Amino acid sequence: MTQPALLRVENLRLAYRTGRGVVRAVDGVDFDLRRGEALVLLGESGCGKSSLAKALLRLLPRNVQAHEGRVWLDDTDILALPEERFRRDVQWLRISMVMQAAMNALNPVVRVGEQVAEPLMVHRGWSRAKAMERAAEVFALVGVSTDFLGRYPFELSGGMRQRVVLAMSLVTEPDLVILDEPTSALDVLTQAGIMNVLKRIKRELNTSFILITHDVSTSSEIADRVALMYAGQIVELADARHFFTEPAHPYSQMLMASVPRLHQPDPPQHIPGQPPDLLDPPAGCRYAPRCPKRFGRCDEMPDSITVGERHHVRCWLHGAGP
Amino acid sequence: MNRDTTAETLLEARDLHTWFELRQWGFLRAGHVRAVDGVNFALRRGEAVAFVGESGCGKSSLARTLLGLHRPTRGEVVFEGGHLEALDKRGLKTYRARVGYVQQDPYGALPPFMDVGRILSEPLIIHGVRDRETRQARVRAALEEVRLTPAESYLSKFPHQLSGGQQQRVVIARALVLEPSMIIADEPVSMLDASVRVEILRLLRNIQVERGLTLAFITHDLSTVRHFAERIFVMYGGRIVEQAEVNELLDHPQHPYTQALLAAIPDPDPDNADREHAVPGGEPPSLANPPPGCRFHPRCPEAMAGLCDRDEPPDFEPRPVHLSACWLHR
Ligand SMILES: Nc1ncnc2c1ncn2[C@@H]1O[C@H](COP(=O)(O)OP(=O)(O)OP(=O)(O)O)[C@@H](O)[C@H]1O
Ligand SMILES: Nc1ncnc2c1ncn2[C@@H]1O[C@H](COP(=O)(O)OP(=O)(O)OP(=O)(O)O)[C@@H](O)[C@H]1O
Ligand SMILES: [Mg+2]
Ligand SMILES: [Mg+2]
Repeated sequence: MTQPALLRVENLRLAYRTGRGVVRAVDGVDFDLRRGEALVLLGESGCGKSSLAKALLRLLPRNVQAHEGRVWLDDTDILALPEERFRRDVQWLRISMVMQAAMNALNPVVRVGEQVAEPLMVHRGWSRAKAMERAAEVFALVGVSTDFLGRYPFELSGGMRQRVVLAMSLVTEPDLVILDEPTSALDVLTQAGIMNVLKRIKRELNTSFILITHDVSTSSEIADRVALMYAGQIVELADARHFFTEPAHPYSQMLMASVPRLHQPDPPQHIPGQPPDLLDPPAGCRYAPRCPKRFGRCDEMPDSITVGERHHVRCWLHGAGP
Repeated sequence: MNRDTTAETLLEARDLHTWFELRQWGFLRAGHVRAVDGVNFALRRGEAVAFVGESGCGKSSLARTLLGLHRPTRGEVVFEGGHLEALDKRGLKTYRARVGYVQQDPYGALPPFMDVGRILSEPLIIHGVRDRETRQARVRAALEEVRLTPAESYLSKFPHQLSGGQQQRVVIARALVLEPSMIIADEPVSMLDASVRVEILRLLRNIQVERGLTLAFITHDLSTVRHFAERIFVMYGGRIVEQAEVNELLDHPQHPYTQALLAAIPDPDPDNADREHAVPGGEPPSLANPPPGCRFHPRCPEAMAGLCDRDEPPDFEPRPVHLSACWLHR
């Protein structure tokens, strides 16, 4: 039985205006996500991961040149909603987000318990007492002692602060939580602890996640689905098992070979070359200049080719004849 | 300087302590942060070692103490048989030319208003290389060594015109330009993408082998150390709790902290999503007020009441040339 998607993204685009030209940070992205599913968005620094998240949540800087496409949340195109309806009905209540480096953006002069309770007072109109009670529950859920409700951010360690921003994103019980690099600044033990929390929440509350990271190993802790981005596009979208064991795109294959493994005898490989300048990407396949398997047809932009159930690859190696 | 170490040993830390004063309201003394709290080791000439441990365990403080940037509260650093303590200003300057430093945070490491040529000439000027042509030749050699070639095309570039990986190569070139006999690299790759990380670590390792340099690098990424170091020191709460040759330590970890650390490192395995890690609860110890006994005991699954919470464990040798500071080995 195929489940209906919670989220369906169609041809999403986000471009920035800059002094040197237009940067196409998100350049025609499609994917879907089911309830209770976790999609991991992987990709090198600068490939457009944070921009994609911001495009979904309509958190746009002033220099946006284009923001297009459709984002269906159940049956509503949330990009077409009037701004104030989106902020009132969708943000926080249905989709929440932990921004990159959010743990350093907590308000330094407000106690963390209050900060976690705030979305409930603002968006649900709850009383302070009721919101604080719920905040205490969520603290317990993410593994922070409720003794910490009355503390200020500077009194908490990095790992604790990251749990607090996670609590903030969960307090309204949204259907979808977007996490942008939630653990990359933390050490392995703290990281493992936070991944445990995410797994538990996913299992117990059936929450959907989009987790953005460039750490492939950590991403395998929660991924049901993997989307690999390269220069503003998704080059492979697959079930996690497929992606981690038999990736189809040459870039995915090289990425997997570059991942260090604790007990492997050979050193990991690196990917020679650099990603293209998003101001002026190559006209054909964007990975072609670095790709050991490129051939004549790669001068043309590859379509997103379906190679299996819910498995799509932007690479001519998987295309039907010329 | 009195020579009192074996010829093989390049650098030695003896009972090293670096404490920072904690002040309240800016003036009242409120105790100390014991960032480095009794560290002993000896590095052999030409070897590559890694210091690993959680954030805040004192790795950078140790590095900066070895470099003479912090004065130890107690204990000493001995380099080529000479005591760092005994060096005057000029001696310290010579020492810093012998020991290159790649500091944590590559993005803050390069001055934004200087071009690469200037960034690399600066240390030579400071250390009295007067001849312009000699300077240029050494700058070029350093750029070639970090594979920024042709060197000419990088000399006039500013940091913002370089990728993160290229910037980090410049930082390494700057550490090499004085032709040091040792390099201390503090998390040289933690800010970079995985594939670039591997590239930079390899580069460092190749230079170290070719030049016969001693390399001490600090990292919290245990999954790469096997390929880039010969020995590992595991730090916890300002101390070294375990040390051994790299394969020995990764394949037979002895200290419960090291075991927890290794167990928390995932491989990219789709089955990870179906299981939870056994993570020791609690937080790393406060270095201002460390727990009595073994510093890991409040989080240790094997802590023995009446012993681990009372007495500090000394170094045991549970396997040959493999030291672990844990009462389990007694
Ligand atoms: N407001 C902006 N104006 C102009 N360019 C921008 C803006 N924000 C991001 N960019 C550019 O868009 C591209 C994608 O940036 P984005 O932050 O989405 O990447 P990312 O994949 O999240 O990278 P990282 O892993 O480093 O966080 C980059 O080239 C970046 O420089
Ligand atoms: N100059 C200083 N004055 C006071 N305290 C300091 C100073 N430098 C470091 N500390 C403290 O000493 C302890 C150890 O810090 P250090 O930077 O050495 O840790 P680290 O292991 O390098 O951590 P990370 O992995 O986060 O870089 C921390 O508690 C830190 O706050
Ligand atoms: Mg980002
Ligand atoms: Mg440090």
